[in-house]
Amino acid sequence: MSARADAGVTVAVPDRVRHLLRIADTSLVLAQRLGEWVGHGPAIEEDLGLANTALDLLGQARLLLAYAGELEGRGRSEDALAFLREEADFLNATLAEQPNGDFGDTIVRQFLIDAYQLELYEQLMTSADPRLAEIAAKAVKETRYHLRFSSAWLVRLGDGTAESHGRVQGSLDRLWPFTRELFDADNLDRAIAVAGIGPQLAALGAAWSARVDAVLAEAMLRRPAASPYRWYGKQGLHSEHLGYLLADLQHLQRTHAGASW
Amino acid sequence: MYTQGLLEQGSKTVTVAAVEDAERLQRFEAKIDAEEKIEPKDWMPDAYRQTLIRQISQHAHSEIVGMLPEGNWITRAPTLLRKSILIAKVQDEGGHGAYLYSAAETLGISRAEMIDQLLAGKAKYSSIFNYPTLSWADIGAIGWLVDGAAIMNQIPLCRCSYGPYARAMIRICKEESFHQRQGYDIMLKLARGTVGQRRMAQDALDRWWWPSLMMFGPPDGASQHTALSVRWKIKRFTNDELRQKFVDFTVPQAKFLDISVPDPDMRWDEAAGQHRFGEINWAEFHEVLKGNGPCNRERLTARRNAHDAGRWVREAAAAYAAKHTARSVAAA
Repeated sequence: MSARADAGVTVAVPDRVRHLLRIADTSLVLAQRLGEWVGHGPAIEEDLGLANTALDLLGQARLLLAYAGELEGRGRSEDALAFLREEADFLNATLAEQPNGDFGDTIVRQFLIDAYQLELYEQLMTSADPRLAEIAAKAVKETRYHLRFSSAWLVRLGDGTAESHGRVQGSLDRLWPFTRELFDADNLDRAIAVAGIGPQLAALGAAWSARVDAVLAEAMLRRPAASPYRWYGKQGLHSEHLGYLLADLQHLQRTHAGASW
Repeated sequence: MYTQGLLEQGSKTVTVAAVEDAERLQRFEAKIDAEEKIEPKDWMPDAYRQTLIRQISQHAHSEIVGMLPEGNWITRAPTLLRKSILIAKVQDEGGHGAYLYSAAETLGISRAEMIDQLLAGKAKYSSIFNYPTLSWADIGAIGWLVDGAAIMNQIPLCRCSYGPYARAMIRICKEESFHQRQGYDIMLKLARGTVGQRRMAQDALDRWWWPSLMMFGPPDGASQHTALSVRWKIKRFTNDELRQKFVDFTVPQAKFLDISVPDPDMRWDEAAGQHRFGEINWAEFHEVLKGNGPCNRERLTARRNAHDAGRWVREAAAAYAAKHTARSVAAA
């Protein structure tokens, strides 16, 4: 990690858990969204591609949630954290919970998050937290593939037909405002960076921007102007969409309290 | 998932008399008798080709439509592990569909044509997927019973005389066997669970038992194509033989789960060494095949919607590929 770390700086356990949940919940919520696509993709190969990404993200979420539960030390398993937390306790980026929309919306959402996760996991591989570094090292390989898939589709749609160009530019314009949250550091992000557990978000944002701009140029798409920041999913303040997503996700665990599956 | 005795249904009667070249037919049949595989470039009677196109494409359609009832529970799977397994399973079905469409393409029909036939309502797919998945136990029952029935049907297909189909089936059977085990594992967990979970498991068996028996197709006496398909080693066992095998295999598994098969006539026949079971409601089977099952319209509508909603995406990909090729040609 480049801007690292006064050795010996520590972060309180509840804050480390919240930091893990930000990463875990983004993967979990995005996997849940991608799961909605299975069986409904524009062609079999795309159906399989989205399902693959969903599986990887779910795998990442499980490792991170299990770790968060252990670190927390209150006996909560990955499932307790996924199925029995309330909406305000979910700390995913607001972008991840946005509805699937059409295939273009899904690809834009995926591309923006893939590029973010790739930068993030690359940095986390040298985290002062060895367990997190280990999870990041596994996730980074998967994320490279996700970004290849979403970038290739973004370029095809952006540089395909007039219709596809117009649609996907519209998706980009709609989803862009949600990206600001990813790089806008709050006190938790700053503490994590100072301790060398996670990256400086400003630097992460600059690397992300360069990567995104290169693909947008190839896709003949215009980068939308920055818009005022108003999303704080990572602090538990979500858009209207997360409640419904969790109602689906948590339905059985909530209906059959204490049952084992 | 799977092809049922579907190839019996609604097809034209094709006879060997249509085969013009007696000598080539003789060589073809000699090859089959010698248990050699027929490969795409080999000569084959038109009736053989058409039967296989019908059977393989129906099988492929079944895999693709079968993604819908199971996909219905992906967002609601009760644990993250179960969710991963279910996504992977439904993804396998999609992979089987793609693989089988490719196998059918070796017989001279395109995937696009086959999908058009499905969406136009002209092609059949396994009737079982026209039943709804109402609870999590249905995901268990589909794995246990539907994939279990599929395996009974498909293992003999690994020895089918047509090479590409036989090879596809070897791979597919391995995955189906895993699906069957995960389905039974879901049922076992429910059957050993709370009162609510046990009720869910019994309800799923009640609803899926008879449709699963129908998956083997009409009784042998009513089957139009069995004889020719058996002679050409497309089919190795009759519908009734496979159905009996399934019943004998499955009834003890239900007993182990401590849930009851919904058939008051079910009994063990000591002398015959097999189970006797009640009359299947063939009227229901034919209604479902005709499009009047509980979910036929919904399933086809879902497939059509996905196809229509994806049109601009496929067009964009084609336009991009064309531009890209044109640009590289221009640059060369």
